Amino acid sequence: MIISIASGKGGTGKTTVATNLALSLGENVQLLDCDVEEPNAHLFIQPTFESTETVTTPVPQVDMEKCSLCGKCDEICQFRSIVVVGTTVLAFPELCHSCGGCMAVCPEKAITEIGRELGVIQKGWRGSLEFVHGKSRVGEAMSPPLIEKVREHISPEKLNIIDAPPGTSCPVIAAMRDTDFVLLVTEPTPFGLNDLKLAVGAVKILGIPCGLIINRSDLGDDRVKTYAEETGLPILMEIPFDRRIAEVYSRGEMLVDAIPGMREKFVELYDRITALTGGAGR
Amino acid sequence: MKEIIIISGKGGTGKTSLVSAFSSLAENAVLCDADVDAADLHLIMSPRTGETHEFRSGHSAVINPEKCTQCGLCREMCRWNAISEDFEVDSIACEGCGVCWYFCPEKAIDFPENTCGEWFISDTRFGPMVHARLGIAEENSGKLVSLVRQKARELAEEKKLDMIITDGPPGVGCPVIASIGGADAVLIVTEPTVSGKHDMERVVQLAEHFRVPAMLCVNKFDLNAEIARDIEAFGREKGVECLGHIPFDPVFTRSMVQAQTVFEYAPDTDAARNVREIWNRVLTKLQD
Repeated sequence: MIISIASGKGGTGKTTVATNLALSLGENVQLLDCDVEEPNAHLFIQPTFESTETVTTPVPQVDMEKCSLCGKCDEICQFRSIVVVGTTVLAFPELCHSCGGCMAVCPEKAITEIGRELGVIQKGWRGSLEFVHGKSRVGEAMSPPLIEKVREHISPEKLNIIDAPPGTSCPVIAAMRDTDFVLLVTEPTPFGLNDLKLAVGAVKILGIPCGLIINRSDLGDDRVKTYAEETGLPILMEIPFDRRIAEVYSRGEMLVDAIPGMREKFVELYDRITALTGGAGR
Repeated sequence: MKEIIIISGKGGTGKTSLVSAFSSLAENAVLCDADVDAADLHLIMSPRTGETHEFRSGHSAVINPEKCTQCGLCREMCRWNAISEDFEVDSIACEGCGVCWYFCPEKAIDFPENTCGEWFISDTRFGPMVHARLGIAEENSGKLVSLVRQKARELAEEKKLDMIITDGPPGVGCPVIASIGGADAVLIVTEPTVSGKHDMERVVQLAEHFRVPAMLCVNKFDLNAEIARDIEAFGREKGVECLGHIPFDPVFTRSMVQAQTVFEYAPDTDAARNVREIWNRVLTKLQD
């Protein structure tokens, strides 16, 4: 089973939920941090990393000795990442989406592919919890290919928990696709509600069942709850605003270690999710 | 004309609350919401929309089943696994690269342009505002960010306003890169948590990489005074000045619920006073 944790808006508590849920459930659990622009789960999990791999994406390299300047590569490229200028061909690897079209279309076989670095993937453990995250190279605009690479580490026989990036565009779609359940973490404010509606829209497009966690549930207003009731979105957990929780989080500590009763609440949350997904279990 | 972008790396640190507070203080500014993926500034600004424009960008492949002979070349060449076994294109997986359309021997694939969202020029009680809405699950947020920034600039020139205040997106990826290029300065809002500090460090590196001058302020600084000091120390090391602190205060949430800026809702609070000090320092820095 794969549970992804998303939110639309940043800073609502995705990472808190993902890390504490993963640590509450004992054996046979894997946590994958797919917020590759700002991976934070490791700051809380503090895994012992055992491997680091550099992830690259293929981009074109032109052999000007073979190139006849026919312009077909320039013509097929939708992203203006390969351009014929006068008597040379310029490649802009940072704009390239790695579709391979230029290489396929070149009649002179003058184009080969080389790797451009997207970031790194690190794997490690905290006790029996397996941990994987991706970290994009600063200055790198494209995160979905790195997210896909993190997802290749999903272990089908385990419970996989994915910490998704914020927003509703390409990166979060790449993280949420083909997961069994989406947990949406929100806060009861007008910003939270606005972004929650967008996130629900994205989850609906993907056709994944979802439920809601309201964080800082007593800070704000009732509009999120009303929306949840009206749209039949189950509220699976509420976490009140508590300065103690905010301080524990600020220090990078786990709520399930520092706050009595928290572990049980996260186990209950998981039981509710398995009930909603028809007991697909671990 | 000066353009300042408020960014944070981490989401939820208070970018939009701060931008709206600044809009109460700025006298000649265009507001710009560049967080097109989850735009929120309009919730406080209550803009009266003057102009609405479609945002078109990129293409998607569509297979015409009547012409398709199911030869399989498109499936073989598609690197996104976007074409199903019964030759339908998954529009979410489709990257818009056009390889299938270009190579289809039967010319059975159409490649229409996408409408990805809308952008608006509006009036607010604090002046004009440019904002946008990216369609859910749509791509090209970086292009839409560049577009709203360009429109904000044109508007500032046309109305002879000397400042643009831009609410940036979270993260360090495509939309943020599009937000900061060519700006006069970025103001990084951070919070004193281990994750806030981590993300602030990455976004400082990003500003450095694109050579945009950066400044810093710490929101909710009293949640963890020690990390707040670490953040300032990191800034000093990197030559990024910390312009001030804002205490944790639910007054920001309450003013947001009322669709007001902190200066409209509770001007006589420490939080509001601190925001005013930060704004005055931003203005001084921009004039340097």
